Amino acid sequence: MDLRYSESEESFRSGLREWLAEVLAKLPPKPSHLDWPGRRAYDTTWQRMLFDAGYAGIDWPVEGGGRGASPVEQLIYLEELERAHAPYVGVNFVGLLHAGPTVIVEGTPEQRARFLPPILRGDEVWCQGFSEPGAGSDLASLRTRAERDGDEYVVTGQKIWTSHAEVADFCELLVRTGPEDSRHRGITWLILPMDRPGIDFRPLRTIAGSTEFGELFLDGVRVPVANRLGDENDGWRVTMTTLSFERGTAFVGEVLQSMELLRGLRAIAQSTGAWDEASVRRRVGHLGAELDALWALARRNVSQAARTGVPGIGGSVYKLALSELRQRIADLGMDLAGSAGLVFGDIPGARNGPVGNLEIVSTWVHSFSRTIAAGTSQIQRNIIAERILGLPKG
Amino acid sequence: MDFELSEDEVALADGMRRLCAGRFPLDRIRAAEGERVVIDPSGWSELADAGVFSLRLAEDAGGLGLGTAAAAVVFEELGRALVPGPILASHLAAGLVEGAADGKVMVGAVHKPRAHGAAPVVIEHLGSLGALVVVGDDALALLDPAALDAVAVDRSLDPLTPLWRVDHLPAGDAVGGPDDAARWRRDASVLGGALLVGLAAATVDLAVAYAKERRQFGKPIGSFQAVKHLCADMLVRSEVARAAVHAAAVTIDQPDVGDALRAAAGAGLLAVEAAMANGKTCIQVHGGMGFTWEVPAHLYLMRARVLADELEGSDTLAELVAERY
Repeated sequence: MDLRYSESEESFRSGLREWLAEVLAKLPPKPSHLDWPGRRAYDTTWQRMLFDAGYAGIDWPVEGGGRGASPVEQLIYLEELERAHAPYVGVNFVGLLHAGPTVIVEGTPEQRARFLPPILRGDEVWCQGFSEPGAGSDLASLRTRAERDGDEYVVTGQKIWTSHAEVADFCELLVRTGPEDSRHRGITWLILPMDRPGIDFRPLRTIAGSTEFGELFLDGVRVPVANRLGDENDGWRVTMTTLSFERGTAFVGEVLQSMELLRGLRAIAQSTGAWDEASVRRRVGHLGAELDALWALARRNVSQAARTGVPGIGGSVYKLALSELRQRIADLGMDLAGSAGLVFGDIPGARNGPVGNLEIVSTWVHSFSRTIAAGTSQIQRNIIAERILGLPKG
Repeated sequence: MDFELSEDEVALADGMRRLCAGRFPLDRIRAAEGERVVIDPSGWSELADAGVFSLRLAEDAGGLGLGTAAAAVVFEELGRALVPGPILASHLAAGLVEGAADGKVMVGAVHKPRAHGAAPVVIEHLGSLGALVVVGDDALALLDPAALDAVAVDRSLDPLTPLWRVDHLPAGDAVGGPDDAARWRRDASVLGGALLVGLAAATVDLAVAYAKERRQFGKPIGSFQAVKHLCADMLVRSEVARAAVHAAAVTIDQPDVGDALRAAAGAGLLAVEAAMANGKTCIQVHGGMGFTWEVPAHLYLMRARVLADELEGSDTLAELVAERY
């Protein structure tokens, strides 16, 4: 076990750190989270800056136009971006982390040439059409229908939890092409251009009051057969290949961000006098120990991926532990806030700590999504029990 | 950066696991339940020959010259196998107490009582000890166990950790100052943590094996989500604590990579919790059988409680992390 970075890893880090220090000052001001066109412009500008500096698609293989960085370099990349408070991947999430990697593995040469470069340059934005009102954790039960009509599919159905649809150019869409009960054997992966007639999008309001995702209604939308990735009815396997890109780095930024949040909460406790209470100090210490442990686990998962070339199953352990820990850190923030926690916003005139009241309250409300999105904690426990511990399926 | 076990570390763990399976199978360990001496001198010298006590001692001092990471890997196996005896104290005393490293002397340890006469002092394995280290805030002192006015405790919580009680603990001879005491506590957190992680991991195996085999309502109880999720949580606790213990051990060996004191305190804290919670859950998964003496689930929980006592208290460890966060 060795936690020291090699010379080449350190040189990758220092090059990135220098570039970040120079370039972040040139970023335009961050738009309001309600301003979708503004968010697209901001996120894609950042993506273009990464592209011009050779950092776009850090985890993509070189043949897909990416940087082909090693898993350890990917870890360093995420660590440095977090430390420098660089923008998040934002509206480029689906393109860079889902659709792009899938097109690299499963796409035809024409599809790769058409779709990959615009994702890397930040020219085109993607959204995801996987989940449906009746197909959440049980994704293989999806019902959105695609009927073949000549060289087109005609798609009718409904998707949900689609993020960035307002500003997306394409949607990675899973449709039912086999019989109704064909489950994972009758699913096809399509690239849906979002400017086609028959698409309607209705935003959903989250418990944070924001609109981060919504429902996508598809009524006779025509998609060229040329936009199919992989074979008809082979979409489930195509979808699974996306996962093979992950190198133990998912949610790595989040553990570092949580450490900074906890340090901020500690500073607040010290300034308000709450730090005089042993129970508060012990809570901070306990949460800190858990974050340190998860940062260690992240490095272990990345090391394993570096050796084996495939993501370790340890990702489920990490995701489950981190999302539940994140909620307990958010709880501490609300407890320290006291009555200010009733206010969903910053309080004028209040002492400005390192973590503002809005951030405390918003972090708390958002923390409830962590144990639901990307596989609920209950599904993660099933995965751990069945795939790691070998317990029988129910 | 490569935070997986190296080939050497894997070989060390395998070697220790084989030694434990051959020399300390559970039925042989259990034969000493309730005895005043739970590990015989030949067993102890086999541990010494395998380097359990001299592992981190410099080669020119007769040790193996290995690091804390290597020791953590070995200790995890000793914990997993439930090997009894004052292993942690004897290891920490190597180089400090004559005869500890080569297994000639079994060394025990006890925290220096904070408030004089507040509670009786309980000493583990006293009847086997050749030396006793008193761990104070700022000093380590050495006592001759034979000279203590000690009363054997009729029954101990862990049937494999016999206890003695003394009303008054003499000051003893100083063998270390504040740095030695701080190092003792730090290393006890990490290597005691490694023993605890071994216990926590062993209970996962035990609970999962039972959940696969025990059938109710016509199927293995491990197919029910209520049971599955208990087992999944056990694995999460032991893997998270394991990563923490390994990271703390590496940080002691490679001081530039982090704050070893913070890492050690956090590792001890999480390891105690993982072993205690997993011990309880293991009993629960076994149902009524888990409450019987025959099923060994309780032994892991009781040993965890013993080891928790060898570390600083969880509140102290949590405050240590908070101070340095």
